[in-house]
Amino acid sequence: MTIRVGESASAPSFQKAALPLLEDAQLRKNVRHATDVIQRKRGVVVAETPDWQELRTAASAIKAHTMRHLDHYLTQFEKACTAAGGQVHWAADADDANRIIVGLVKRYGGNEVIKVKTMTSEEVGLNDASEREGIRPHETDLAEVIVQLGGDKSSHIVAPAVHKNRSQVRQIFRERMNLPDLSDDPEELTAAARRYLREKFLRVKIGVCGANFLVAETGSVCIVESEGNGRMCLTMPEALISIAGIEKTIPAFQDMEVFLQLLPRSATGERMNPYNSLWTGVRRGDGPQHFHVVLLDNGRTRILADPESRQTLHCIRCGACLNTCPVYRQTGGHAYGSSYSGPIGAIVTPQLLQMQHGQSLPFASSLCGACYDVCPVKINIPEVLIHLRGRVVREQKSALDPEALAMKTAAAIFASRARFEAAQRLGRIAQWPFQSNGWMRNLPGMLGNWTRVRDLRALPQQTFREWWKARAKAGNTAATRKNNHG
Amino acid sequence: MADARDAILERIRTGLRDVAPTDIAAEYAAIPRTYIRAGQLDLQARLHQLKERLRDYDTNVVETDAVSLPRTIAEVLRSHEQKNVIAADGLPEEILPLNFPFISERNASVDTLNACDGIVTACSVAIAFTGTIVLTHGPGEGARRLTLVPDRHLCIVRAEQVVETVPEAIDRLAPFATHPLTFISGPSATADIEMTRIRGVHGPRFLDVVLVQ
Amino acid sequence: MRVSLFITCYNDTLFPATGQAVVRLLERLGHTIDFPLEQTCCGQMHYNTGYQQEAMPLMRRFVEIFRDSEAVCIPSSSCVAMIRDHYPKMAAEQSDPGLARAVDELLPRVYEMTELLVHRFGLEDVGAYFPHRVTYHASCHSLRSLHLGDVPQRLLRKVRGIELVDLPNIDRCCGFGGTFSIKMGDVSAAMLAEKMKDVENTGAEVITAVDTSCLMHIFGGLHRQRAGVRMAHIAEILAPTETDEGAGA
Repeated sequence: MTIRVGESASAPSFQKAALPLLEDAQLRKNVRHATDVIQRKRGVVVAETPDWQELRTAASAIKAHTMRHLDHYLTQFEKACTAAGGQVHWAADADDANRIIVGLVKRYGGNEVIKVKTMTSEEVGLNDASEREGIRPHETDLAEVIVQLGGDKSSHIVAPAVHKNRSQVRQIFRERMNLPDLSDDPEELTAAARRYLREKFLRVKIGVCGANFLVAETGSVCIVESEGNGRMCLTMPEALISIAGIEKTIPAFQDMEVFLQLLPRSATGERMNPYNSLWTGVRRGDGPQHFHVVLLDNGRTRILADPESRQTLHCIRCGACLNTCPVYRQTGGHAYGSSYSGPIGAIVTPQLLQMQHGQSLPFASSLCGACYDVCPVKINIPEVLIHLRGRVVREQKSALDPEALAMKTAAAIFASRARFEAAQRLGRIAQWPFQSNGWMRNLPGMLGNWTRVRDLRALPQQTFREWWKARAKAGNTAATRKNNHG
Repeated sequence: MADARDAILERIRTGLRDVAPTDIAAEYAAIPRTYIRAGQLDLQARLHQLKERLRDYDTNVVETDAVSLPRTIAEVLRSHEQKNVIAADGLPEEILPLNFPFISERNASVDTLNACDGIVTACSVAIAFTGTIVLTHGPGEGARRLTLVPDRHLCIVRAEQVVETVPEAIDRLAPFATHPLTFISGPSATADIEMTRIRGVHGPRFLDVVLVQ
Repeated sequence: MRVSLFITCYNDTLFPATGQAVVRLLERLGHTIDFPLEQTCCGQMHYNTGYQQEAMPLMRRFVEIFRDSEAVCIPSSSCVAMIRDHYPKMAAEQSDPGLARAVDELLPRVYEMTELLVHRFGLEDVGAYFPHRVTYHASCHSLRSLHLGDVPQRLLRKVRGIELVDLPNIDRCCGFGGTFSIKMGDVSAAMLAEKMKDVENTGAEVITAVDTSCLMHIFGGLHRQRAGVRMAHIAEILAPTETDEGAGA
């Protein structure tokens, strides 16, 4: 199997990839602005939903239940979708999915496709695979158009061009749409995209989309979107191919009442996004007369097999964890080296890749818990991050790694009072070359990462326990109130 | 692809070894659904919320009664200087203004849709809490492309179609669960450039709701 | 009440003033403090960095030392979070029913210091005097794990002489994150820069929190810039009274 998540197998470590991004003042301002705006909007529409927590609880339970019986629900979906005139394909990995989709496009005699934004397609690298076979993929989501025409990479799972500002978008459109007089007014830029794409919507015969939800009971597929580009791709072509991760399944139509409330409010801060489409197989006289669903594994069954991190598969790709994440806020999405960025990307990518790549990602978090707080399906991302850190340490760290040695030494010290107290005394002695005036400003080794931007107070002359012991000895009344830090 | 199918299902089953065999339907039925299902608002408050939230997302809302409906539709269309307007197949004739030459949906090619000034449809359900109208694309609601390609959509919503909550809407939609369903909340929009909300991208740029009670 | 103090390894070693203030405050409120000298560390650093096996003996050690305590007071929300959020799962993994039971029985008696004061003792006014302009940093664990809400601020508002200024973006992480601040030093520095800007905009002379660890990070950055702001664990604000010698210093 060739499990692939975008180009993450060759991506540099998070800390390395972050460096040039941290230097990019424009990008950082763009990301801060965008995430602030979405978060503010989300805050308003979540606050006006009195049963928000109850909806999260239900969603979490529905997803957990579905994962526990995923084989049952997938086969139920397959049966219902097939009965309604759809065809269901199964793809074990990225290459499988690309082969199936390219084969279908060729079968319908197409050499171009119009695409609704799909993370799964980015994950498997469908655009590159299509182009290699002479098929032109046209992205149609405005942000994806910006990314595709700019030869760029998506940096956010909901708003892929969040790192670009209006003048950068204008530059791309001027060059690639041949519109030298275009202004940087978002309204005008949007109108340019409308004109650019309309011709394609009305002409191209094959559409490719992802899936926000697969309803097992009915065999229906749901796409949630805003611009109408989704509806165009789902409605106008003669053939439609949906690529969906197997975890997108939900049991019943009724469950839509939960997810349709949680997803828009979490993703874009809207009560409901402008368009949600649900369709079931093929409808005579309305929309594509050929419909295919490609169910993708690509490492998902490995995640499913780990009960500690199975909840990773509950994700509905709303992006709320990205917007609230203080780490994402600084770097944007490109530092994650994957189609999936932010906190969810930090747990999805390494797991899909069976911890063989992206090992720095579980450490790209301060474990502040903001992601867990906003997650509409209550994925405890910090808990999964810690679990994956454990896997990296257990499965991949050599015992001679300096960090591992330091951690083992620290554990041995904490395991005994005598050693702990000895270490406290020893530290006081060992620090003297590094301290001046009670402060350390330039520490060696790993601790140098601390003192590059922060001072560290030197170890005081008396630890708390020494104070306590001295006080007990002298009797409570003579307790010193000496403040060791002056 | 039978191989991949079997292999994936096998991997799922192996991966779920820790899950004890259970009655799936019973486990599903036990999912806690303590969220709000039934709305609390009376009809007028419900309609008020719908109007407010439709307008909040740039929908033009016009109120009328059953008797005045044809006249109201004509007024709305004329106010936007719409001339070539397509009516969805299956709309009851008595609700359409007599003195207005509608193009019928079945005679409209994609080019006609692309060139027309607007379209008129009914809907199946409207949700006050979210400011949403739902089409099940049966008679009177048009095929999906009808409410997509043209630039202006006039949708007739009857007071009795308005529910307060999303779960109430899903209950009403259950009989149509395998129809194509389109949930529309305002005209198409994007915020992809600096999070500035721009109305009207690829779907209709203008949405008129005529609310009948 | 007899309160057992778990001072935490870094307060013990680096910030003894925190512990001294906790002792002074609780004794002033009429409680007896017990400080078991066998205590070392809760295991958080190991656990969160991926060295979960190394954290296990530290968990056992904590439980052994404090299992008979009437109440355990910890002046650090992140250590309390470690104990509350992870000990039960860790104990369950040990297939030692006795240990799991001991953890379950001990947890309800483990308090972060401000929780102990407000939730257990029902206090908000602890009779403190601290005549300074102060801003309060809400640490992530206090907010999102312990759900302390405004418990610390309720205590601070009742302090005589204090001028409490709201910190903008109070729910945003300062970028400490334990070993994150070392392993992802550059990103941590970027997060710190934003936090420092917020702190400086308050015009406060003192930044406080229920966690000395975040303060070590924020204040470490402010000190590097000679920003003229100092740090104080919340206990150091709640301990002094007007009759203290050097009150107001």
